[in-house]
This record gives sequence, C-alpha cells and structure tokens, in this order.
Amino acid sequence: MSFFYHFGRYILFIRGLFSKPEKFWVFRERMFQEMQSIGVGSIGIVTIISVFVGAVTTVQTAYQLVSGLVAKSIIGTIVSDSTMLELAPTITCLVLAGKIGSSIASEIGTMRVTEQIDALEIMGINSANYLVLPKILAGMIVIPMLIIIAIFLGISGGIIAGKMAGILPVEEFMKGARSTFKGFTVFFSCTKAVTFAFIITSVSAFQGFYTHGGALEVGQSSTRAVVYSAVLILFSDYILAQLLL
Amino acid sequence: MIEVKNVYKSFGDKKVLEDVSAGFYRGKSNFIIGSSGSGKSVLMKCMVGLEQVTDGSILYENRDFTHLDYNAKKEIRKEIGMLFQGTALFDSLTVEQNVEFPIKMFSKMTPAERLDRVNFCLQRVNLSKVNHLYPSALSGGMKKRVGIARAIALNPQYLFCDEPNSGLDPLTSRVIDELIKEITIEFNITTIINTHDMKSVFDMGDNIIFIWQGKKWWEGTRKDIRASGNKELHDFMKAYDIENM
Repeated sequence: MSFFYHFGRYILFIRGLFSKPEKFWVFRERMFQEMQSIGVGSIGIVTIISVFVGAVTTVQTAYQLVSGLVAKSIIGTIVSDSTMLELAPTITCLVLAGKIGSSIASEIGTMRVTEQIDALEIMGINSANYLVLPKILAGMIVIPMLIIIAIFLGISGGIIAGKMAGILPVEEFMKGARSTFKGFTVFFSCTKAVTFAFIITSVSAFQGFYTHGGALEVGQSSTRAVVYSAVLILFSDYILAQLLL
Repeated sequence: MIEVKNVYKSFGDKKVLEDVSAGFYRGKSNFIIGSSGSGKSVLMKCMVGLEQVTDGSILYENRDFTHLDYNAKKEIRKEIGMLFQGTALFDSLTVEQNVEFPIKMFSKMTPAERLDRVNFCLQRVNLSKVNHLYPSALSGGMKKRVGIARAIALNPQYLFCDEPNSGLDPLTSRVIDELIKEITIEFNITTIINTHDMKSVFDMGDNIIFIWQGKKWWEGTRKDIRASGNKELHDFMKAYDIENM
C-alpha cells in the first residue's frame, strides 16, 4: 500500500510541475543556471569515469580473447559497442545519480525544512514549478550531452589503454569500432540518457520536496534519492533494452 | 480585515483547532498568543493557506480564501507578506536578491526601479550596506529585518509574523517590535503576530486572541488583559513572569 501511496504522490507531484511560469525570463535564467550546475559541474567526474571504464574494458576484453583465431580488431568492436550501449549511459548516470541526485534532494530538502518553500508558496509561486521544473529540463538537455562526451572519452580511453599496453594499435581498434557502428546505437544511448536524466532529477526533487523534520531527515531524503534513482535507472535500462533492441 | 469563522482543523484523529472565530483588523497589531502546542501556529498556517482547514472559512475583505481555486488564492497571496520564525531567506541569494525576488516575480518594474524599491525597503528596516551579503553572513536581528523588507516589498495588505522575536536578545526584540508597529501604522496594513513574547503583547497588542487547547479562549486588547479574570490566560502570563513586568 505504501508503494502505491508514494507512487501516486509522485505522479501528482509531476503533474503539479506543469503550469505556466510566473515570468518566462526568470524560468529561462534558472534553467541555464541549472544546466551549468548539472552539466559543467559534472564534466570532471564524467571524464575520469569514462576514460578509466574504457581503458579497463579494453584490457579485460583483451584478457578474455586469447585465441589467435579471433582478430584483435574485435576488441575495438566490443569496447565501442559496450561503451555506447551500456557503459557510458548507465555507469555515468549511476554516478550522476549520486552526485546530482543527492545535491538536488538535499538542496530542496533544506529549503523545505527551513520554510523557504513555504515562503515561495505564500508569495503565490508554484514552488514545484519554480524549483523543480528547471532542474528536470536542464538535466534532460545536458545529461545526454554528457553521455556523448562519455562515449567519446570512453572509446578514447580504450584506444589509449590498447596502445599503451601493447594490446592493439590504434588503427586496428578503429577498424573494429567502425566495422559494426550503427547510428541507432547512439540514438539508443541518448534515449537512455534522457530517461535516466528524468529519473535522477524528478525522483531526487520529489524526495527533497516532501522532506519533513530537520538535518537528519534531509540526509535520509538525500540517501533515498540516490538509492531509488539507481534502482529505477537499472530497471528502466532493462525495459529500454527490451523495447528498443 | 481578515475574519476567521468557525474554523476546525484536525490531523487524522487529533483535533488541533475547534470552532475558532476571530477578527483581525486593518492598521492594528493583531496578536495570536498561547502556549506551545495550543494550535496558534496551525491557525496562522490555515490563514495563509499552508494548511487546509477541515471546516469553516477564512475571509480576506469578504473574499472566502478557503474555498477559492488555486489561481484566485494566488491573487490574495500576492497581497500577503510573511515574516517566518526562521526568516526563510533564500540561502543562495544575496540580501538584495532576496528582497528583489517578489518584485521580480510579480511586477513589471525595470531593473533600476526594482533596485530603488529594494533600497527603499532596506532603508525602511534600517539596513544599509548589506545588499551584497548572503543571509549566512547576517546576525539574527539583521535576518529578521531583511525578512520584513522582503515581506513589505510588494506593498502587502496583510503582514503575518510568526514568532518575530524568537532567538533574539531583548534589545533587538524591541527594535523588531517597534519596526513592525511602525510599518503597520505607516502602510495601514493588517498585521497578525504569533508570539510567546508577552512584552510585545503588552507593548503593541491592539487586538489579542488567546488560544487554549485549540479553542479561542479569550479576545481583547492589551488594556483588558490584566482585568480579564480568565484563569488560563493569567496562568499563561504568570508562566512568562509577566506579573513582574
């Protein structure tokens, strides 16, 4: 019963987001601020994760393909396809759920317990629309961009690791990567990114928005935001794979 | 004038307000007093629309606030200014941006006009050279003053003050009281103050409502209060050592 109660409340929360902003230029300003915070603020961590995941995938794939009957270029195929299909969107978004999700939940949760959201409501402002919608839209715009960067960096990490460890030359890697490349793979990756972005931002904002109590509860909301976002990312990852592949 | 008519409020089975009726008058300092848990904060939250009444009505100049739709309520909310117990200033905005916020959201002023209005409001609460400070850099008394400045930024018709003296030293408390009193008279607004501070009540109470166990127990002016003969009210005053004041 508790699940249905919270799910229903989440649906009502999402419905409540969609109203005409008081001032469009204020909304636009807030959205650009959020794009900067979510996007630019995450480039560092996305770079580190992508490069290392790509590098490790190359080394481990090479370790498993010891047969002389398999062309080394297949390593490039496997690394690039896995990076585009799964590693870049899913691993990156799981990490972003921790970084962005906890930040959104604690920011909005703190605003709730310090009556800042009440202050917005009393002024006659739709607080969910003002606070949450710019975050969701900003996330849905910049997270796919981050995933594109993650794909590029992941494959680059794979190439560098392959060359540095003497596993395969750059040309061989690229030959493998190009041999099975389909534009649909990138589209699928971006579809995942948009879905995961919506999950991370909306679930985290929901957890923060309904925080009651004090500092302890803000921390708990933040933890719930990360855990629920991560579980929903993995669940929707499976659903999207079943539906689109 | 604000009229509260036969208001009931329950949380589940727990009755918090029972048949409360009262009037709050323009140009006067209207006080809601009562011990902790008596229901005075809930009454104030019902009046500003942060809580829905279970039964009864709240009229703003004969406009029934309790039964209006969201957009109509929003129009009344634009006439309300509120000073929160914890000030509820937006942490991420400077003092100037905090005071400017309601003006930016609801007026068509140019940036220069907005700045003039912000400076006027800050000067009115005797604050200067704080425009670019963040709330975290202000003292408790200064935060309250910024809260008042933000509350009066849009020339409200109604000013709600929730525990305006909480956490302040006696001297600063008197300064804040004096400021609220001056603003009430100067702008001819309906001011409602929810407090425990009996010194404020005796200094400013034009209209006092005493809430006891969720019911309106007594109503009168500061001149009537000592001669009221109401046992609970006298016990309440005694508890705050008022007999020696």
